[in-house]
Amino acid sequence: MDWTAIALSLRLAALVSLILLVLGPPIAYWLTFSPRRWKFLVEAVVALPLVLPPTVLGFYMLVAFGTRSPLGRAWEGWTGHPLAFTFEALVIASIFYSLPFSVQPMASSFSQVDRTLLEASATLGAGRTRTFFRVVLPLSIDGIVAAAVLTFAHTLGEFGVVLMVGGNLPGITRTVSIAIYDQVQALNFSAAHQTALFLLAISFAALAIVYALTRKAWGVSPAS
Amino acid sequence: MTLSVRVNTQLSPQFQLELAFDVEPGVTIVFGESGSGKTTLLRSVAGLIRPAEGRIAVGDRVLFDRRAGIDVKPSDRRVGFVFQQLALFPHLTAEDNIAYGLSGLSQAERRTRTVAVAESFRIGRLLGRRPSEISGGERQRVALARALVTRPDVLLLDEPLSALDQATQSHILADLRSWNESQQIPVLYVTHSQREVFALGERVLVLRNGSIAADGTPQQVMEAPAHAGLAQLAGFENLLDAVVMSRRPDAGVMVTRLGGTTVDLETPLSSARTGEAVRVAIRAGDILLATDRPQGLSARNIIKGTLAGLCQEGAFVKATVAIGVPIEVHLTPLSRDELRLQTGQALWLVIKTHSCHPVSAV
Repeated sequence: MDWTAIALSLRLAALVSLILLVLGPPIAYWLTFSPRRWKFLVEAVVALPLVLPPTVLGFYMLVAFGTRSPLGRAWEGWTGHPLAFTFEALVIASIFYSLPFSVQPMASSFSQVDRTLLEASATLGAGRTRTFFRVVLPLSIDGIVAAAVLTFAHTLGEFGVVLMVGGNLPGITRTVSIAIYDQVQALNFSAAHQTALFLLAISFAALAIVYALTRKAWGVSPAS
Repeated sequence: MTLSVRVNTQLSPQFQLELAFDVEPGVTIVFGESGSGKTTLLRSVAGLIRPAEGRIAVGDRVLFDRRAGIDVKPSDRRVGFVFQQLALFPHLTAEDNIAYGLSGLSQAERRTRTVAVAESFRIGRLLGRRPSEISGGERQRVALARALVTRPDVLLLDEPLSALDQATQSHILADLRSWNESQQIPVLYVTHSQREVFALGERVLVLRNGSIAADGTPQQVMEAPAHAGLAQLAGFENLLDAVVMSRRPDAGVMVTRLGGTTVDLETPLSSARTGEAVRVAIRAGDILLATDRPQGLSARNIIKGTLAGLCQEGAFVKATVAIGVPIEVHLTPLSRDELRLQTGQALWLVIKTHSCHPVSAV
């Protein structure tokens, strides 16, 4: 088994999950509670990676990371090396690629919080931030955990985007799925079997956790 | 401190809320059927909806003034709100629910105030439990304690006791009344239960179709409703069209003839003139039934009729007696059995003059 690739994938998936645990809730909160009419546009943008071929997303990411784009130039000026084909490029691309897997479970559980609880919180003197941390977030823990687990599993298994923006550099950008692809290309089926089985086991465990958690945690609904 | 409310807002093409009133400290009941605007009124005062026009103030603190562009956030209004569904936080214990609004205080002071209010609402021993682990009445007490511990300037209660049995309701009402005697803030208490009106209110505002239909003490408003619509609302099952035949101001009574019949009914005197149309409101529980013509009674209205229908509704029996118009009478199942009532049999209705309430026909 390609332990270097497995370690790299685990590191990438953990990092992306952590970052989206911070970036996801504000986006999900805005999508759930904003009265803006045009928020459907943002919803569509967030959901795009669900339907877009990974190569398309990867292609645009590669263009954005290139030395001719403002982002690529800024990065190079700041760090001294180009962004494309680095681990950092994988992280940034994966954040966009896994955004819907993080935001949608969060938004769905935020929207299930009884609005009367938010009004009660307001009449008790709590502003929006306090209401979010004391009421919305604790009542959406299952959605937050589901988001983190799904992001982790999704990032672990990505292929197309990684190949486009990261290439295939051992120890830097070669993830598990690319390692499997290489093993199959080299007709090394027993190694491919082992790595694939490992990915299958982790994906199954992740989904089992999500489904176990989405059972309601509180015996009584707020209304009763 | 006086709560002053002027609101005018169009909520739908059919429904406009237009109210103007001031309430002093003490409990004011807001009474009306569903859809009359009660909850909308409370939500406007709490800042949960924004009226199109108006001004809401507590003492000299303006909470909302459309023209001056003032709209204080709900979290800064110091208006306590007990929701119909209570809206207790399910993930917090009773203690954390009550202390939720005390975030600015030290931990010691929060604890002291939480325990004090919990004791006065008799829930001190439940502080460690979650809402799902206590009874409906106890949840109600936690919700009241949570709203009151912040010492709001105004308290709004939206049918807070509607889901409880009568004994639990009475205990909580008593605790709320004694609490209010020491605090003296304006309390708006929304209900559609007549019992709560009499148990708690010093003043009743009756809302109908988004405006104030009556305003007075519970006795004034509920016992002698001025409008036919109000009578129906206040639980008068019989609302009969009639014409004033003669008036006897010296005796304080008048005689009315029920529409489409030759039945005369003596009622207390109203401002209606002879020949004018009125409606007479009679509670079904205020009418006696007799199988033979009764003798030697003080009641002035003894009317012969025919039993047209009988049906049991829970603890009472609803009898319909035809006297030219159908009259609804309530009696107990035991009375029905002892009188051996049969549909079609002749009966006498006995109605005291003062059980007949003339109300204006419009």
